[in-house]
Amino acid sequence: MTRFLPALGLCLVFSLPAQAGDVTHFTLENGLEAVVIEDHRAPVVVHMVWYRVGSADEGPGKSGVAHFLEHLMFKGTDDLAPGELSKTVAANGGSDNAFTSYDFTAYFQRIATDRLDLVMRMEADRMRDLLLSEDDWQTEREVILEERAQRTDSDPGALFSEQRRAAQYLNHPYGTPVIGWRHEVERLTREDALEWYRRYYAPNNAVLVVAGDVTAAEVERLARAHYGPLAPTPDLAPRQRVEEPPQLSERRMTFVDPRVAQPYVMRSYLAPERDPGDQAKAAALTVLAEILGGNGATSVLGRALMFGDAKAVYAGASYDGLAMDDTTFTLIVVPRPDVPLAEAEAAMDAAIEKFLAEGPDVAQFERIRTAIRAGEIYAKDNVEGLAQRYGEALAVGLGVADVQSWPDALMAVTPDDVMAAAREVFDRRRAVTGWLMQAETPQVTQ
Amino acid sequence: MIRLVVGALLVVWLALPARAGVEITEVTSPGGITAWLVENHELPFTALEIGFRGGASLDAPGKRGAINLMTALLEEGTGEMDAQGFAEAAEALAAQFSFSVSDDTLSVSARMLTENRDQAVALLRQALVAPRFDQAALERVRGQVLSNIAANEREPNAIAGRNFRALAWGEHPYGSSSDGTADSVAALTRADMVEAKARVMARDRLYVAAVGDITAADLGAVLDDLLGDLPATGAALPPRATLGLTGGVTVVDFDSPQSVVLWGQRGLPMNDPDFFAAFVANHILGGGGFSSRLMEEVREKRGLTYGVASYIAPKDLGETWQGSVASSNDKVAEAISVIRTEWARMAADGVTDSELAAAKTYLTGAYPLRFDGNGPIANILVGMQLNGFPRDYVNTRNARIEAVTREDVARVVARLLDAEALRFVVVGRPIGLN
Repeated sequence: MTRFLPALGLCLVFSLPAQAGDVTHFTLENGLEAVVIEDHRAPVVVHMVWYRVGSADEGPGKSGVAHFLEHLMFKGTDDLAPGELSKTVAANGGSDNAFTSYDFTAYFQRIATDRLDLVMRMEADRMRDLLLSEDDWQTEREVILEERAQRTDSDPGALFSEQRRAAQYLNHPYGTPVIGWRHEVERLTREDALEWYRRYYAPNNAVLVVAGDVTAAEVERLARAHYGPLAPTPDLAPRQRVEEPPQLSERRMTFVDPRVAQPYVMRSYLAPERDPGDQAKAAALTVLAEILGGNGATSVLGRALMFGDAKAVYAGASYDGLAMDDTTFTLIVVPRPDVPLAEAEAAMDAAIEKFLAEGPDVAQFERIRTAIRAGEIYAKDNVEGLAQRYGEALAVGLGVADVQSWPDALMAVTPDDVMAAAREVFDRRRAVTGWLMQAETPQVTQ
Repeated sequence: MIRLVVGALLVVWLALPARAGVEITEVTSPGGITAWLVENHELPFTALEIGFRGGASLDAPGKRGAINLMTALLEEGTGEMDAQGFAEAAEALAAQFSFSVSDDTLSVSARMLTENRDQAVALLRQALVAPRFDQAALERVRGQVLSNIAANEREPNAIAGRNFRALAWGEHPYGSSSDGTADSVAALTRADMVEAKARVMARDRLYVAAVGDITAADLGAVLDDLLGDLPATGAALPPRATLGLTGGVTVVDFDSPQSVVLWGQRGLPMNDPDFFAAFVANHILGGGGFSSRLMEEVREKRGLTYGVASYIAPKDLGETWQGSVASSNDKVAEAISVIRTEWARMAADGVTDSELAAAKTYLTGAYPLRFDGNGPIANILVGMQLNGFPRDYVNTRNARIEAVTREDVARVVARLLDAEALRFVVVGRPIGLN
C-alpha cells in the first residue's frame, strides 16, 4: 500500500471551494483537482477520474500504451483481485467503463448515491497500487489486438480515417491512432505499461468529477479521505508535445478497399483548438461548422448538395475544439451512386466558395443562436453529459471558467467572426483530401 | 371546458428512487386518448414519446421498406412547408423531433421548450397528420435509403444480421430487413407512402408518455391537438412468426481478418411465467458485461475477443435467445466452442447461489439508474405500455427479480438452453469451422 503522508499535518484545508451555480471546484494538497455538479432529481451519482494523459503523450514506438494501460487498470491492486472493481460495481447495481483519447484517459462509474464511498475507495486504490500478473497483461494484449481487428481493421472507413490523420499531422502525435499501430501494440510489454502508470497515474495529474445527487461538502470529505493520502508524482513535467511545422503543401490521397460500399470524399483542415481564456476563435469555428453542415436540410452544404440537382446523399461539416493542440475542421460529401467523387468534391468546393463570397444567411444565424440557448436547457437534463463536459475540458487544460463561459462565447460570435474564421481555416496547404473508394477507377487521375 | 379524467387514485409512485419520487399519472384527453405523465417542473421543457405498435412489420405484401421510407419522410415537409421549411421551423423553436421505426414499433420522440410549446405541438401535428410526401423529398430520401442498403451489403455485422434473420424467420416480416431491398425500395411510390402511413399511424395502436414541464390539463389538450386527427384504425398485425432455426454453423464468406458471429435459438415471451428467471439467467450467462460467464471465459481467460454478449429478444410476434461475438479468423472456432460449452454447462448445472445473488443485486440496483432524464423516462413509459405492463410495474419489477430462485433458473435453462440447437452465422474467413 503506497500512500502519501503529507509532510505537514496542518495543510489539510488548503484551497477554498469556488462556487458557481451548482458547480463546485476544489483542489487537494496533493494536486487532485475536483469538480462537483449537483443534480438532486434522482438518487444517482456519476463518479469520474480523468487523467491528463493520452495517446498523444506516448513515446516513439510505443503507440497504444495509453489504451493498453486503460485495459490493465481493471486487473487488480494489492486490495482488489483482477476484475473485482467492475464486479463490485455491478454487484451494487452500478455500471463502469473507461476510455482513452489523444489527450486523456478516463474511468467512470454510475451508481446509487449511497455507494459513492465504495467506488471512490476502489478508484483511489487503483490510482497508485495497480498489480499486473504475467498472465493478465499478455491476455489483455490479445484482447486489444481483437479490439483493433474489430474496430479498425474490419472497417475500411476506420482505416481510411487512420491514414488521413497520419497525413494531416506532419510531426504532432495526433497523427498516430489512439489504439496504436498493430505492429507496435504487438510489442508492448508489462514494463511499458507500468512505467506509464507510475509516471502519469497520480493525484497531481488527475481530475475528479462527481455529478448527481451529492453535495460539494460531502464529496470533498470523501475525496480527502480516499484520494487525499495518495502520493503525487514528483517533478511531473508540463505536457509539451512536439509542434507542427508550417504546413506548406496540400495532401491528397485515395484509399481503395473492396469492402467499401459507399465511396465518399473527406477533407480535413488543421484548425485551432479552444485555449484557456481564449475561446473566441474556436467558438467561431463551432458556429461555422453548424452553418456549413449542422442540419442537412438547413445547412449550406446540405442545401447545395442534397437538394435540387442533388449530387449527394449526405454532406456535412464538423469541428470539435476540445483538444490540447491544433485539431481539425472536416468536410464530408457522400455522393449519389451516379456521381463521381471528383464531381462531388468540385460541388463541395463550389458551395464553400459561394459561402465565402456571400456570407451567412441572417435567418439561419439567428436560428443557430436559438439552438445554442436551448441546448443549455436540454443539457441540464443529462447530468452525465455535464460531467463529461467538465472532465474533458479540465483534462485538456481548460478551466471551470472556460467551460462556464463557453455558451457565452458561442453567443458572442458575429457573422464577421465566422467569415474571418472561415477564411483563415480554409487553407488548402494545411488540408488533407481523401477519397474512399471501392476500386481504382479512371477518376483517380481525373 | 377541457374535460379531463385524471384519477387521483391512479397515481403510482416509483418507489426505488424514493426520494426523487417519479410519479406516474394516467391522463385521458377529452377526445379519449390516454397517456402516462410524469410532471417535473425543474427544467422548462417537456419530452414527449409516442409509439405505434406494429412498426415496420406492417409493410403491405410486396412493399417491403415502405414504412421505413415513410417514417423518414415525416420530417420532409408538410402543408405549405417543404423539407427545408419544416427544418427551419423546428430550428426556430429549438424543438427536437425524431422519427424511427423498428420491427415492432414506430416511434416519435420530441423535446419541446415550454416557452413555445404550442407552436412546437402545432408543427409536430402537421408532420404526423399531414406529411406531404412530395416527389422531390421521396426521391432524395429514397437515395439515402438505397445508399444504406448498398452499404449494408458489404458490412459484416449487417451481413450477419441479414442471414440470421432469414434463417430464423423466413418469409415473416421479421425475416428481412425493414429497410427493404434495392428493388423493393426502387419501386415504392407516393401512393405507397400514403398507404404505409395509414397502416401503422392509427389511434388504435397508440401509446404516449410525457415527462417534464407540463400539467395533466395541458397534456390532455396536447394529445387531442397532436393525435386526434389520426385515423381510428390501421392494418391488422401480422400473425405470429415461426422460428426456423436449426442447430449448426452457417459460414458466409467475407474477406476480412476477423469473423463476426451471431448465434441464437428459441426464446420465450415476456408473459411466460419463467421470463424473469430467464432474464436473470441470461445476465449471468452473457448479459452482464464483465461479470458474465461468457466474458470471463472468452475474453478474460483466453483473449479470444474484445466483446461477447448474449441477450433475450422477446419481440411481439416471436422470441429468440441470441448472442454475438467477433474474433480473429484463426480464433473464432475456439470462441464458438467455448460458447457452446458455456451454453451446455448452464443448461445442465444452472447457476450458483453467489451468481444469483450478484445478478439480483445488479439488476435491482441498476433499474432506477435508467430513470435519468426526461427523455429516457418517457421512453421507458412507452415501452412499459407496449409490453402491457401496469403503471405500478416500476414498483413490482424488482420484487419479481428478487423472487427468482435457483430452482426457477434451473428449470428455465433446462427447458430452453440447448447447445445443440444453436445456429451460428459466421461472416468472415474462419479457420477450422465446417
